[in-house]
Formats: sequence, C-alpha cells, structure tokens
Amino acid sequence: MPFIPHTEEDVSAMLGAIGAKSIDALFDEIPPALLSGTLDDVPEGLSEMAVARLMQARASADGFWSNFIGAGVYEHHIPAAIWQITTRGEFYSAYTPYQAEASQGTLQLIYEYQTMMTRLTGLDVSNASLYDGASALAEAMLMAVRSHKTSRRVLVPKTVHPIYRRAALTTVKNQGIELVELDYDPVSGRTVLPADPGTFAGLVIPQPNFFGVLEDVHALTDWAHEQGALAIALVNPTTLAVLEAPGKWGATGADIAVGEGQPLGAPMASGGPYFGFMCCRQAFVRQMPGRVVGRTVDLDGRPGFALTLQAREQHIRRSKATSNICTNQGLIVTAATQYLSLLGPQGLARVAAASHANTVALAGRLAAIPGVSRAFESPFFHEAVLKLKDNAHDVLRALRAQGILGGLDISAWYPELGQAILVCATETKTDADLDHYVQQMERILSKRREAPPCAYKS
Amino acid sequence: MLIFDHSRPGRTATAQLPAAGGSLDDLPAELRRKDAPALPEVSELDVVRHYTRLSQKNFSIDTQFYPLGSCTMKYNPRACNSLAMLPQFLARHPASPDDTGQGFLACMFELQEMLQAVSGMAAVSLAPMAGAHGEFAGVAMIRAYHDARGDTARREIIVPDAAHGTNPATATMCGYTVKEIPTDASGSVDLAALRAAVGPQTAGLMLTNPSTLGVFEKTIADIQKIVHDAGGLLYYDGANLNAILGKVRPGDMGFDVIHLNLHKTFSTPHGGGGPGAGPVGVSERLLPFLPIPLVLNERGFYRLAAETDRPQSIGRLSANLGNAGVLLRAYVYARMLGRSGMLRVAEYATLNANYLMAKLRDAGFELAYPERRASHEFIVTLKKLKDATGISAMDFAKRLLDYGFHAPTTYFPLLVPECLLIEPTETESRATLDSFVEAMTAIRREAETNPELVKGAPHTLPVRRLDDVRAARELDLAYQPAG
Repeated sequence: MPFIPHTEEDVSAMLGAIGAKSIDALFDEIPPALLSGTLDDVPEGLSEMAVARLMQARASADGFWSNFIGAGVYEHHIPAAIWQITTRGEFYSAYTPYQAEASQGTLQLIYEYQTMMTRLTGLDVSNASLYDGASALAEAMLMAVRSHKTSRRVLVPKTVHPIYRRAALTTVKNQGIELVELDYDPVSGRTVLPADPGTFAGLVIPQPNFFGVLEDVHALTDWAHEQGALAIALVNPTTLAVLEAPGKWGATGADIAVGEGQPLGAPMASGGPYFGFMCCRQAFVRQMPGRVVGRTVDLDGRPGFALTLQAREQHIRRSKATSNICTNQGLIVTAATQYLSLLGPQGLARVAAASHANTVALAGRLAAIPGVSRAFESPFFHEAVLKLKDNAHDVLRALRAQGILGGLDISAWYPELGQAILVCATETKTDADLDHYVQQMERILSKRREAPPCAYKS
Repeated sequence: MLIFDHSRPGRTATAQLPAAGGSLDDLPAELRRKDAPALPEVSELDVVRHYTRLSQKNFSIDTQFYPLGSCTMKYNPRACNSLAMLPQFLARHPASPDDTGQGFLACMFELQEMLQAVSGMAAVSLAPMAGAHGEFAGVAMIRAYHDARGDTARREIIVPDAAHGTNPATATMCGYTVKEIPTDASGSVDLAALRAAVGPQTAGLMLTNPSTLGVFEKTIADIQKIVHDAGGLLYYDGANLNAILGKVRPGDMGFDVIHLNLHKTFSTPHGGGGPGAGPVGVSERLLPFLPIPLVLNERGFYRLAAETDRPQSIGRLSANLGNAGVLLRAYVYARMLGRSGMLRVAEYATLNANYLMAKLRDAGFELAYPERRASHEFIVTLKKLKDATGISAMDFAKRLLDYGFHAPTTYFPLLVPECLLIEPTETESRATLDSFVEAMTAIRREAETNPELVKGAPHTLPVRRLDDVRAARELDLAYQPAG
C-alpha cells in the first residue's frame, strides 16, 4: 500500500483497541446510500519507477526552447544552491509557523525576506507574500478602497498587463469596486492622465509597464496624491536593483508596492508556483492582508520571531478580516530570500543591466529588419513592443519551427497596435542566441515577402 | 544571527554574477536609483550554511510527527517533487503556445478528470492557488449563478459556527453578508436553526463534511434538502476530504460546488505556509461559471480554454494556470496511489484517528464528542485539567514540542474549550501513535505534579515561549541596524 505503513497485525490490533470489527465499520455514521462504489475513472496505481518513466516521456516531449517571452514571467538564471536548500524536508514539509518555537527557521527567513523587500521597494513594511503578482495587485486595490472614505473606484492604465487587469477585476468586482481604464500615448507608450478623473481611491502605476516602457512615476505618484488617492506601484523586483524605489517616487513616495516575485529564483514552470509581494507605508500596515512576521523576545529575553498582527486575519476576525487569504507562497519566498542573498545588490543590478542590454540589442537588431519596427520611442527596460507588417501569429509559428519562442503576440489585446509582439531577452541569452533569433526572423520575413502563404491574412 | 550580520561590503557570490552587465545610460537619470538596495553582501557558503541552519530550527513532517488537526500533515512523497521538477517542465514559459506543452497539459487534463471522478462533480477547474482561493472562486460562482438568473435578492451566506475562518471571510469578499448557525450537542449542524435561517435571502450554505469537529454530518441529506428547497446552493469545503476520499463523493451528497485542498488530500508540500492549490469542482448548473483557464482535450490536442470559450466564467484568478508545479506534484501522487490507493487513504486515516482517540480515551483524556465515531480527526478537551491544574491547552501544546511532537491544532474549533484537534493521517505507524499517547500521558502527569515545568515549556527548542503581545505592540517587521 503506497505510503501506508500498517501491517496486518497492526490493523487487527488497532481494530481491537477501537472495538470495531473491520475498517469498514469505522464508516458506520455515513448513510449507506452515500457510499461510493469503485472509482472506475481513476486508473490503478503505478510504482514510482513507472510514473517516472511516464513523466520523463512527457517532459521530453515538451522539450527545451530558446525563449524570448517575458510578459510578467522572466527566464533568469537560478543558482543551484537555492532549490537544493529550499526542498530540504525541514522547509518543504513544514506547515505555516503557528507554533513559533518549532518554526524559527521559517519565521526568521520570512523576517529576512520582509527586510529585503522593504529595502528593494523603499517602503516601511512587507507582508510574508500573496499568491502571485495579479492577486497582489487585486489586494492592493482592496486596501486602497478600504483606506478611502468614499470612493470605490481604482484607476488602472491600459499599460498594466491585460491579464492582471482581468484577474484583479474577478477579485474586486463583487465588492462593488469599479476599475477605470486609462489610455496611453501612442507615441511614447506611457500612460496619459485624464483631465477629469472624478473621485478615486487608488491609481495603479506600473514600472516598467507591460510594454517594457518606463512610466513617469514621479508625476503619476504626485498626481494621485493631489487627487486624494493612494499610489499603488506595480513593479518588477529585478529592475528595482537599478530603478528608483517606489518609496521615493514623487514628492512623498508611493503608498503600496506590489508585484510578481517569480524573477527572484522561481522557475517559469508553466505558471507557478510563484509569489506576489506587497510592501506599504507603516500607516497602512493594519490594512495589509496576509501573514506578517515580527521580531520579539522569548521568556529569557532572547530574540525570536512570531506571526503577528493576526487580528487582521480570517482565523481571528472571520467575516471582518482584511482578506480571506490563509496560506501564502512560503516555499517560493524561501527560494527568493536565498536568491536575493546570493545575488546581493551587485548581482541583482548586473542581472537587471544585462537583461536591459540584451533586450536593447535584440530590439534594435530586429527593428532594423524590413517589416519590423519599434512601437514606441521612449526608453524601455527589458521588454519591447515590435510592430510587424506580417501576421504576428504566423511569424511566431515559423520561429517556433526553428526552436525559438520569439515573443508574445499582443495584437488581440491591443488592436490599435496592428500586428505586434512583445519580446524580452534576459541575462540568460548569449550573443549567439540573439544572432540565431535575428537571422531566423530575417529569413522568415524575407521568405514570406517573396512567397506569401496562400492563407495569408493581413 | 541574521543573514545581514554575515554581510561585508564588497563581498559577492561571484559565480552567480552574469559575466557582463551592460549600460543603463539610455534610461532617464531621474527614474534610476541613487543608492543600491541594502541587500546582504555574502558568499555562497554564507548563504548555504545560514539557510541550512535555519531549516534545522523547523519542525516538519520529514522530521517529526505533526498531528495538526484539519491540516492533513501526511508524508509528501519525494517522487512528486523530483518529477514535477524535471528540467523541461521547469523551463516552460506559461505564455508558450499550447503545442509546446502537450506533455504538461496532458498531466493537467488527467488531473482534472481524476479530481472530477473522486469528487463526483461535473467538471473541475485547477485555477485557484489555495483553499481560500478555491472558496473565493466557489462563492463567486454561486453569486454569478444567482445573478445570471436575475435572483439578486439572495445576499446571505450561511456558515456553521464550527467553520474555518476562511468561510465567512470569503463570503464577505464576494459581497455577501454572513449568517452563523449553531452546532447541536452531538457536534452536528443544528437542523432547526438551519430551517429558521434559510429564506429568499439565502444564496448558499458553506459546509465542511466531515466537520472541523471531526464528525460526519449524518443529516447531510436533510441539510441538502433544506438549502436547495430555499433556493440556495451548497458549498463543500474540502478541508477534510482526506477522511472520505474514495468512500463518499461530495457530488453524491448533493453539493453544487466544492474546493479540494491538494496540499492536504493530495499530499503536496505545505512549504512553511504555501504554495497550496485549491481546485474547484461544480455540478451541472454551475458549469458555465467555472474559472479559467480550463484544460480542454480536443481530439487528443490539449488546449487552455480562455474568455472566448467560456463567456460566463467568473474569470481569471491569477496571471497564469494557478500553481502549476503544485498541480504536477498532485498529479504524480494521484498516479502512484491510483483508485485503490485513494480508497485506502480514507480507510487508514480513519483507522489511525479512531485508534488514537480510543487510546487517549483509555489513558483518561476527555473527548469532546465521546459518543461519535472519529472521522480522520477528533477533539480532546483539557477543560477539566485546566480547572484542576491551571495548565491550558496552549501549555500542553508547547510541552509536546519538548517531547519531539508537533502540537495538534489548539483553540480551534472555537466552540470547544481548551481543545486539541488531533489528525494523525494515514501515513503514520501504530508505533508513532503509541509514543504520542505516552507523551500526552507523561505531560498530564507533569501538569499534576510539576505544573511550572509545563507552563514554562518549551525548554529544548531554539527559543522559549515568545512574547506575542510585544510582537504586536512594538512592531518590528524589518531589520533596522543600530545607529
């Protein structure tokens, strides 16, 4: 029996102690009509060896790709030490640290993580993490609305990831919260402020934005504050090594910073698990959702760590909690804390700069190919939008035939851009990788120009 | 010692630095950072040793018996981890086209199918990233269902007082008000109170079965009828599914929507507090509202369904397909167990719980519901011990740590005074359970003869009892070096 240690002798002795005839008799409080038959739709069990063979075959079928997609999830090098330590049983198979004395490892690690995140974002406090970047954004919107006396509106630029906007809407709409879209300038790709926004509780400020473009975060932050609203920074943690910290945006700084933690040591892994981070000013700490670790002392006065501010949380406050969130993404935070330690300020800055340099080089070389142009003129970080004269979907498919994932087709999300792809080249890409991509793009576009496919759709 | 205490200016883990950086001069100076963030400057060995040592300060399933009630702390098979971390799976970008991930998507589709089969629901979505996230999706679907019918007067969700705090918090997040109903003396939902509570304002009832009191709701057929007759829907909180996996299917009990905690029943790791996974299953009438993405099988090609496929969906809960790597671990676990293995989960979890309950009762501990069968967990109340000796459930729990056992859940459910909610799970041996009974008995003797020893516990851990009040009053949430 997989993972069940009982011998026949154990079972009969245990039933004897209980005073039951059989294991089935232990289910005698369940109305017999409810008992299921066999689970015909579930296959019979396999040995570890057989499952390993199946999984290896499936993994091999999926293979490896030369990836130039970013769009919120970034391929960065992950130091070997990180996941070897993260998957130690003492981290991997521990529960939420409710018994603080038996969980000092996890608790101290989270305290160190919170410290690192406050230093990256320039804000006062951090929570222990949320599910992912999109759900962290939704929670930040809820915080802004709770902190505002009257308004239930949040302004969200179209330069925020379209899927983040949708996921946030799923989370907030049942509380009567309205998300108002802000347009972007077609030349610069930066958010345009509306002349008459009405009253609103928060403004989301992405940096870099979904297009990779750097927003004028100082002006946006000050404008939100002038309107009596909170400034919610949506940031990429890698870029914070070199870009201004949200806590220093504008005259007084952003109020909340959230984002996707995946770039800090989490593999892309088809979408997770990652983690969302959230930092804020001290004034909003009691509005912050999720677990928080504090440093305190024990009976002998020695320093130690414990979950704190639990009076905000669902297991105490029930229907009046700041959120229903219970677990966070502790194991991925375990990896991220080691990532930030291993990279340090120099390493993280170098990853950011190398990713920027590779993307600048790639976008420049691709935009020099006839039929490819940059969509926006303004500075970008480690992603860029390229407009194609050809069909983006078909071009990406042709690149795929050469083992290249050439970017994300964003034409359907932004029809005003025509055929457009979002490309990203992190520090993991070599000159040879860039050469290969550029050469294949040139070859594919020129071939398609000379002999357009019959099913060509403009 | 914090990682920051190891930091020395200019020290780096050089092997981890990319060979070349690059110029940032094309970026506007006012958008660039003036001072580097004060992250640790340490060597690779500093990091490895520091975090290895921190790990050794944790209790975990791999090192200790962890009978934490309602959390299902069972063995997390190592193969689930190593096979979910095959390099091709890890390297796949979530926005890659479906044709680059047919192997991965096949696993996801088959997981949907297996969860559908064990839950007895019409369809399953893997999108939610935790139990509470699944609850949110489930209640949002209940709301979408009523709204789609124009039945907008239903503004209330009913929750038994024994429920997890996430249930009422979820109802609030979905814009509902919460009505709590009491539990009767035998630990079951009070049917008269339920009858009095339902009406045209009832959107639904959230129920955990077996409940957090460790007993099966025997009157589930009546509960189901009362709620449905009033026009409400039934939500199944899958927190305790381990007790009935393969034995009873929530769909057969009449539930309209459920969430499953894969980090409990399907043994994915708890990871020190996540990541989990909380897939949701629905009955026929809630099908159109399932959260996206869903994995579709179109003549052997696996594809993620999006907004255009599912126009009535409550929408997306995350930027991607939930906690994909957790789902892969659950898939490997389900394949190793298979149909017979799943049935044995419920059987042996129930055997272990009833055995441990009988042994503790025989050792003189008071059970909260002595006349009831335990499900996969049960409650001991230390009220009398506290009255006699002053030793609380919390003191008892802390002293168990000294004996090398993680404490059971304490002070939950809220309605049993001085309670320990004990869930041994199926993966523990009889010998482990026996030694736990010995420790409990020894601590009770200590409580009677040397209460100060128990009140001062733990004595053998890296720290003694921590000052929670100070932690909340003098908030220290981030390290500030002196000076």
